[in-house]
Amino acid sequence: MLTYTIRRLCLAVPTLLFIALVIFMLLELAPGDPTAQIPLTVPPEVKAQMREALGLGEPVHIRFGLWLWQFFVIEPMVWIDNAVGTAWAEGKTRVISWQTRAPVMDTVIERLPQTLWVVAMAYLVGILIALPIGIYSAYRQYSVFDQVGTFVTMVGYSVPPFFSGVLVIMIFAVHLEWLPSIYDTTHRVVDWDSFVVQLRQMILPVMVLSLQTTAQISRFMRSAMLDALREDYVRTARAKGLSEWSVVMVHVLRNSMIPVITIIALGLPQVFGGAIITEQIFKVNGLGQLLITAIAANDLPMVQTVTFMLAVLIVLFNIIADLLYGALDPRIRYD
Amino acid sequence: MTDRAGPPQNSSSRSPQQSPWRDVWDEFSRHRGALLGAAIFLFIVLAVFLGPVLWRIDPSFIDIRARNQGPSWAHPFGTDQLGRDTLARVLAGGRISITVGLTAMALGLGLGTLIGVLAGFFRRLDGPLMRLTDLFLSLPLLPLLLVMVMLFREALSAAFGPEAGIFLLVVAAIGLTSWMPTARVVRADVLALKERDFILAARSIGTPRAALITRHVLPNVLSPILVSATLGIANAIITESALSFLGLGFPPDFPTWGRLLNDATVYISDFPERVIWPGVAISLTVLSVNYMGDGLRDALDPRGRK
Repeated sequence: MLTYTIRRLCLAVPTLLFIALVIFMLLELAPGDPTAQIPLTVPPEVKAQMREALGLGEPVHIRFGLWLWQFFVIEPMVWIDNAVGTAWAEGKTRVISWQTRAPVMDTVIERLPQTLWVVAMAYLVGILIALPIGIYSAYRQYSVFDQVGTFVTMVGYSVPPFFSGVLVIMIFAVHLEWLPSIYDTTHRVVDWDSFVVQLRQMILPVMVLSLQTTAQISRFMRSAMLDALREDYVRTARAKGLSEWSVVMVHVLRNSMIPVITIIALGLPQVFGGAIITEQIFKVNGLGQLLITAIAANDLPMVQTVTFMLAVLIVLFNIIADLLYGALDPRIRYD
Repeated sequence: MTDRAGPPQNSSSRSPQQSPWRDVWDEFSRHRGALLGAAIFLFIVLAVFLGPVLWRIDPSFIDIRARNQGPSWAHPFGTDQLGRDTLARVLAGGRISITVGLTAMALGLGLGTLIGVLAGFFRRLDGPLMRLTDLFLSLPLLPLLLVMVMLFREALSAAFGPEAGIFLLVVAAIGLTSWMPTARVVRADVLALKERDFILAARSIGTPRAALITRHVLPNVLSPILVSATLGIANAIITESALSFLGLGFPPDFPTWGRLLNDATVYISDFPERVIWPGVAISLTVLSVNYMGDGLRDALDPRGRK
């Protein structure tokens, strides 16, 4: 298992390098010019200096190498400096945003908590709702609960977040005026009342994001349970006189959780992708909103870094899913 | 993944005089949700493409005196802030959204089938092509799509005109980022198929490789391709709408469902009903296509036949 883990992690390195290259080349091949917006009154030599300052004077491979160096060496150094108090990164250039002229990573760290709060909460809520629905509708296949549940999850699967988001705003914020439609990120939780305010503003985005999660995971849970319920060992367990509860919740559930858990691990990066739209609707200034504004402002270092970080998440969770599969299912041995 | 049961054409010979597609249709029509989904999807496609013949208001006609109206006989879905007829705009938007969905699906499906068949059929290509598929699967797709559209929009609309340029860009972007699941499923089926006796027989009588693929392999992997086609339509429509919703799809004067939804959200506190039409149109289309896919998957899988 350990050698397999190490091998997978080593294999992830070329994958990530390739992805970084794809993103870099895509940004490179784009016909747009980051200095195109500069007014014509600026003299050409000043414009050339500005291009130089943005790092555009160097050839492509040097700039790609520089970005890799900054992202993989200097940024971790800064982290270590902050944590331990050393001064390794002193005087070294970090990945600088063209928009704010500040290090990209600082902005990312600033935005990360908002996204994490909403995304993690939504994922958790989604899983907690999805599992019981999936289990019960598989156990009572073709019952009214199953039919309704299948239909509702199919609807949740088909309604895109940019419609469900607008819909819940319409119902809960405009019509009923129960909940705020805009997520206030400057809000600080200090006491019970402010915690309630925070909770109230999180309900709608979490609801929209978890609707998607619930739909996907409960469909998987249901079909995994259905497969496991038909197995011979279930009949054996019943024949032995085990209670229905322990047959379903112990024997069947434990076996059917294996594929579901990997789906849960694989799905997490996608939720970050979906959060881009949800953040736009509820005006959460998280990572997704950062990416959109950076794209709109042609801020290539920011776009490169944020997109690459999302790719890292996907690759990482792919590995985690495979490892979990091996750890949970004794039939699968990688060594 | 590779141990799928044989293709429906050969294995479901319960009634020999009946054609295998008849069996599939019988099974499909037994799935009520799928039948309803197919009917609704057909209705939406017909309404969107033939609707303008019956509903003759120009979607870009501005009647400023009739702006912000609720539903009436003259305007069943109401009008927007410039007095344009919402029904006409939803129909026009659907035309673009569904065309984009179908074309992008066709591109993604073609690419996925090509790569899947090549990887499954030629052992030497299998490794590299599957690594490529894995790489594409690890790309963060929505951010990349946003970046692609943002960066290449100007150049392509200059080259092909605003409408055709963006259409090409959106279709190409969605097609190029959605072929991976098809490639994987097709490869798995081709791998299983390659070991079967009829392929061996065809090979031994000297069938050329191209004919082997087109005559024997492709017809037998049609069922996973059809199922991925339905999922592909749903995915392409949602992606296009998401791009338009984020303001990175078609330009504002070309209505698409996502664009209409985006325009309507600005007025949500005053005219909340306006977001309903395009939103319901997207959701209903995707829902019906998904149900169709579900039914098709059950119908094409001979193991479930009663």
